[in-house]
Amino acid sequence: MSGHSSYVPKTGIERWLDARLPIVRLMHDSAVSYPVPRNLNYFWTFGGILVFMLVAQIVTGIILAMHYTPHSTMAFNSVEHIMRDVNFGWLLRYLHANGASMFFVAVYVHIFRGLYYGSYKAPREVLWILGVIIFLLMMATAFMGYVLPWGQMSFWGATVITNLFSALPVIGETIVTFLWGGYSVDNPTLNRFFSLHYLLPFMIFGVVILHIWALHVVGQNNPTGVEVKNVAKDTVPFTPYATIKDIFGMVCFIFVFSYFVFYQPNFMGHADNYIPANPAVTPTHIVPEWYFLPFYAILRAIPDKLGGVLAMGAAIVVLAFLPWIDTSKVKSMTYRPVARVLFWAFLVTCIVLGYLGAMPAEEPFVTYSRIFTVLYFGFFVALFVVGLFEKPKPLPSSIADSVLGSLKGGSGARLATATAAEPNAKG
Amino acid sequence: MSTISFRLALTGLATGLSLSLSVPSAQAAEGRVIPPQMSWSFSGPFGKFDRAQLQRGFKVVKEVCANCHSMSLLRIRNLAQPGGPEFTPGQVNALAATYTVKDGPNDQGEMFDRPGRAADPFPAPFPNEQAARAANGGALPVDLSVIAKARTYERGFPQFIFDIFTQYQEQGPDYIHALMTGYKDPPPEGTPPLLPGQYFNTYMPGHLIAMPKPISDGQVEYPKGADGKSPVPETVDQYGKDVAAFLVWAAEPHMEARKRTGLQVMVFLLIFGSLLYYTKKKVWARMPDGSAAH
Repeated sequence: MSGHSSYVPKTGIERWLDARLPIVRLMHDSAVSYPVPRNLNYFWTFGGILVFMLVAQIVTGIILAMHYTPHSTMAFNSVEHIMRDVNFGWLLRYLHANGASMFFVAVYVHIFRGLYYGSYKAPREVLWILGVIIFLLMMATAFMGYVLPWGQMSFWGATVITNLFSALPVIGETIVTFLWGGYSVDNPTLNRFFSLHYLLPFMIFGVVILHIWALHVVGQNNPTGVEVKNVAKDTVPFTPYATIKDIFGMVCFIFVFSYFVFYQPNFMGHADNYIPANPAVTPTHIVPEWYFLPFYAILRAIPDKLGGVLAMGAAIVVLAFLPWIDTSKVKSMTYRPVARVLFWAFLVTCIVLGYLGAMPAEEPFVTYSRIFTVLYFGFFVALFVVGLFEKPKPLPSSIADSVLGSLKGGSGARLATATAAEPNAKG
Repeated sequence: MSTISFRLALTGLATGLSLSLSVPSAQAAEGRVIPPQMSWSFSGPFGKFDRAQLQRGFKVVKEVCANCHSMSLLRIRNLAQPGGPEFTPGQVNALAATYTVKDGPNDQGEMFDRPGRAADPFPAPFPNEQAARAANGGALPVDLSVIAKARTYERGFPQFIFDIFTQYQEQGPDYIHALMTGYKDPPPEGTPPLLPGQYFNTYMPGHLIAMPKPISDGQVEYPKGADGKSPVPETVDQYGKDVAAFLVWAAEPHMEARKRTGLQVMVFLLIFGSLLYYTKKKVWARMPDGSAAH
């Protein structure tokens, strides 16, 4: 969609710089004149929200790292030192800890938005796969970050999750020893996790740049899934239209974020993590953070350890193949009567799996986990099959048509359905 | 949402509900009794600690709990900082001086005893874990610094969702109060005979606790009011509340500042957000070519 540049350097300095490093032109083209579909709903503000959250996590994280001590005998107390003695340390830590959760809330909304509106389909396959890579990196970062306070759940979570790699044949044990830096989760583990927890966000940042680059090459999808045909009629310039909408969406999101930080800062954590790590005492229930629960449920649903690990991995990796699993040419599920039902069923499946992941591994939860694991993967099979015979509703001829037609209650009225697609992310 | 998908969603919800019903039973199987919810001055968005209660709670902790339990993350000076019990600096210095702290080594390479200072951490009752266990029949009295945040119980679905809006998060203090009042001697009928060093407590998961009943009515003398009587009863129930409140502050010494800052942030975001909303509406009223947006 990126046409030729509309940037006109006005001053002598700008012209001088533009001839040598057209960085202002790049920024102008990507954040000012960049055309965005005029019919984007508020689910499209989550991309900007995610960039904000990434930067917020990096900034709070860098300051926290100035006060934190990555040593197994001192980590817990250094976190409490931040909470008690560092100026606004309590705010930094609660922002960072809740920020991780809110980051996942936003990313799940973002993923389910992409799912509903078919944002993974041609020509956005690479954009989507980059997104799945970011999601994987986020999970690794969040997991290692949760280990750093060195509480009971940190320690035992790290033990359980790193142990999963031992299920891999031949190389499994070696990988685990390598992850641990020894023969059990101990100080070397904490050290390397801290190092990686500091590194990975910058890798995420790099992939985010690729993600945005790919986005700006193919242009944004939109609630109708109909591609931009006439830039003048179908789009508006990013600034001021998308800028102001994104900032408004962001402030609403920060409002929810702040509510948790200031009023319920430990709601999304585990009380057990306020008990210092103790290798001799296993907590009754080892539960990962809420955003991992659906995958944790899938892991435990399979009676075989290697099978469970593979199923859990497949549950994430399968997302990368969505562009080819979904056989329908129609992007937006607004116009796909059958696939839309599948979408909502899938959303419910994920939430129920999340609930099951938090429950102890006993009946009836194990049986339910198995049923819902089948449903989880069944969604992708069904999506493949449905695309082959589903008869989509008629699509609007253009984005402008769908917007302006809605006045007359014509084809665009279906957009109202689209706005109901609020994915609930508390898995 | 179409009717079919709506029905599906309902089914999902119903499944979730029926699953959740088994949560309390799972807790009962582990021998958990849900602690009664108390009313706390510090709960809710405008919650503040009751200074007198924190001071009483500290008195109980100092005279009773601290005989076995450490509180290593707290420093004596914390007692004077804003948002806590707010003892005067004079009181805190005098209190610090009553402790003997091992310091050193000095120039001769020897460790020496000195009177405590406000900057010192609370002295632990035992020099190390082994000594603590030896003195307590093998059981280790836990450190109390963050205990109010380290103890909880499952709220279950859908209660945990309501908790977001009611801001109920006092599982810790509710449990501490319940534990202090939950001793049963003799244990209720049907309890297997207790081994030496075991005590029956209704609220302890599994009911067996290694800590003997720590306090009895009238054991700690509270400051007297103008009429020569303590304004609150000197009972285990009241001691439990006061200790729990003190331990919440100990675990979260900046809670008042957090909630106060929170209000300022929320009000700012509300105003800023509404201004942005109207700006956004104004911007979107017209397309770049001047035509109406919708």
